Amino acid sequence: MLDLSKYLSIGAALKDALDQFADEVCLIESDREREKERITYREFKQRARPLSKALQDAGFKAGDRAAIIMTNQSKWLISAYAILYCGGVLVPLDYKLTPDEQWQLLKHSSTSVLITEYPIWRQLALASGRSAATNLKTVLVTEAPPNDVLDGARRWEEFRGTGKPSFLPRERRDTATIVYSSGTGGRPKGCMMTHENYLEQCIALTSLYPFAPGYRYLSILPTNHAIDFMVGFFGPFICGATVVHLRTLRPEYVREAFPKYKITYVSLVPLVLKNLQKGLQARFDALPSGKRKVFNALVAINKALTKSQPRLGISRRLLKQVHDAFGGELRAIIVGGAFTEPQTLQFFYDLGIPVANGYGLTEAGTAITVNDLKPFRADTVGKPLPGMEVHIVNPDAEGIGEVSVRSKTVMSGCLNDPELTAETIVDGWLMTGDLGRFDSTGHLHLFGREKNMIVTEEGKNVYPEDVETVFESLPVKEFSVFAANYIWPQRTMVGEELVLVIHLEAGQILTDNLRRDISARNSRLLNYKRIHGVVLWDEDFPRTASLKIKRNALAERLAQLDRAKAILPL
Amino acid sequence: MRTIEQTTQEVLALASKHFQVPANSLTPEDDFFKKLGINSLQALELLSRLENHFGIELPDYEVQGVSDFRTLASRIQSRL
Repeated sequence: MLDLSKYLSIGAALKDALDQFADEVCLIESDREREKERITYREFKQRARPLSKALQDAGFKAGDRAAIIMTNQSKWLISAYAILYCGGVLVPLDYKLTPDEQWQLLKHSSTSVLITEYPIWRQLALASGRSAATNLKTVLVTEAPPNDVLDGARRWEEFRGTGKPSFLPRERRDTATIVYSSGTGGRPKGCMMTHENYLEQCIALTSLYPFAPGYRYLSILPTNHAIDFMVGFFGPFICGATVVHLRTLRPEYVREAFPKYKITYVSLVPLVLKNLQKGLQARFDALPSGKRKVFNALVAINKALTKSQPRLGISRRLLKQVHDAFGGELRAIIVGGAFTEPQTLQFFYDLGIPVANGYGLTEAGTAITVNDLKPFRADTVGKPLPGMEVHIVNPDAEGIGEVSVRSKTVMSGCLNDPELTAETIVDGWLMTGDLGRFDSTGHLHLFGREKNMIVTEEGKNVYPEDVETVFESLPVKEFSVFAANYIWPQRTMVGEELVLVIHLEAGQILTDNLRRDISARNSRLLNYKRIHGVVLWDEDFPRTASLKIKRNALAERLAQLDRAKAILPL
Repeated sequence: MRTIEQTTQEVLALASKHFQVPANSLTPEDDFFKKLGINSLQALELLSRLENHFGIELPDYEVQGVSDFRTLASRIQSRL
């Protein structure tokens, strides 16, 4: 097991790794069929140092916050290391958010430095929300064209200090990152992750899925996402492995990357995994009858031989063509961000490709449970990782209750929101809002959620409060957005959707014009945030003294409706 | 050189063919996620088809946040 006990911060652990693995390749960056660069740990350090120095020269101090809004690329990781070296708090933001949402989070996090890419800055600079982020002093923009004035920003490539920067140590309990798990439209939830959270998570995860020099991780999930930050940056770097970035995430280039770079691990969201399955199945179905029989027989033999545990060597020989398409070195596909259907997991395992499915939350420092493959269990989300205490709160007769977690990987709290922190962490236990049950072998099964939110197959968490703003001033008496499964609980983690509940004015009806208005507003939301239908309700919404909607009470009343009839498609 | 109208019509025609949606049911203002019933991954496939058709490279950042045919066509037009 990895020993990180001597480190107090992720910056310190990374600093040592850059020296220890100086001659190993740490990053490969590819754009379509062109390899843009390949850099060693030594070169990585050389590129980060002038940035750290320039940040310090500009007054950036330990504990100051710096945000990164970038697609997956080498400058993301170089910038992150430079910030951590200075003792800064990293605020990784989702580059897919709208500019106003990004400004809102920059404001909430009181970020003083922003590092972003030129195309993103072009949009950010024009957004009206810019004036809100008053704490922001320095904006660094990568890959900007030479003649652009950059509207107050500076060029990342030219922001270089001379001389040696000072490494600023941190304590384990200090905040290392602020990761937003929700709140772009309402109440921001900035999870304060400590250095200890990452150091402990890294030990736990690498005990099951180790990295080493020569291992190559294909980084596709956005690095701001807790999973990629851990297994696409911190984990592989601590162990001297290589991270491969693709600047173009078209399916054909992702497919090509596996054999081209002999990928060892990749993390995918369920949507992409299912797409891979579909593509492979189509190819298997297209085999001539005789070949298909042979292929099916080989799959059956592989299934029998890997029943108790994976046997990569045997699987790679038995199903050579399949494994060759993945580069022949793939040890596991890590799937996360959302629930994956067992049938998809089993499909890959039967081909001899282990899928490390699990269950986690940003607030818990990524993964809580992971499939340990001893044996592979597609019907569960695995067992708790080492160091995780997982408890089922108030189980019903079937043993199903809310999953709660206590471990050194759980966040210290929600930024600027003690009330939300107190709701989320109760007596040291993180209340997940997810419903689960342990089976007799210690594997966790999930059965839906208690909380009013959805997780899409693309691994996106969507909270109703975050999408409601787009419907403001809708010409109805009142409205509210709900996760349909929150109103009508379903024991499933898939097929979740949002609905808009509207209470019309007296005598008002749902006209085509109103439908069009709702559709037009809905279209302004990012595609994964959109509502799927409308529910009409003819009573006043229950409200608190301060006129906030009592969502629980309203959901209980709405539950009296027949779901199938109540949801009117848009 | 194509006009923006021609480019838009070609985008609509290609989307209609690839996702087997009647051509006359698509308009430039349509949200292609909704109208074609596609997810983000299928949208990336559509982009690859469009790149091949127009002989251009459309960086991922150029189409970030784009969800209607007209804006998509204008991004393509700027690279023709």
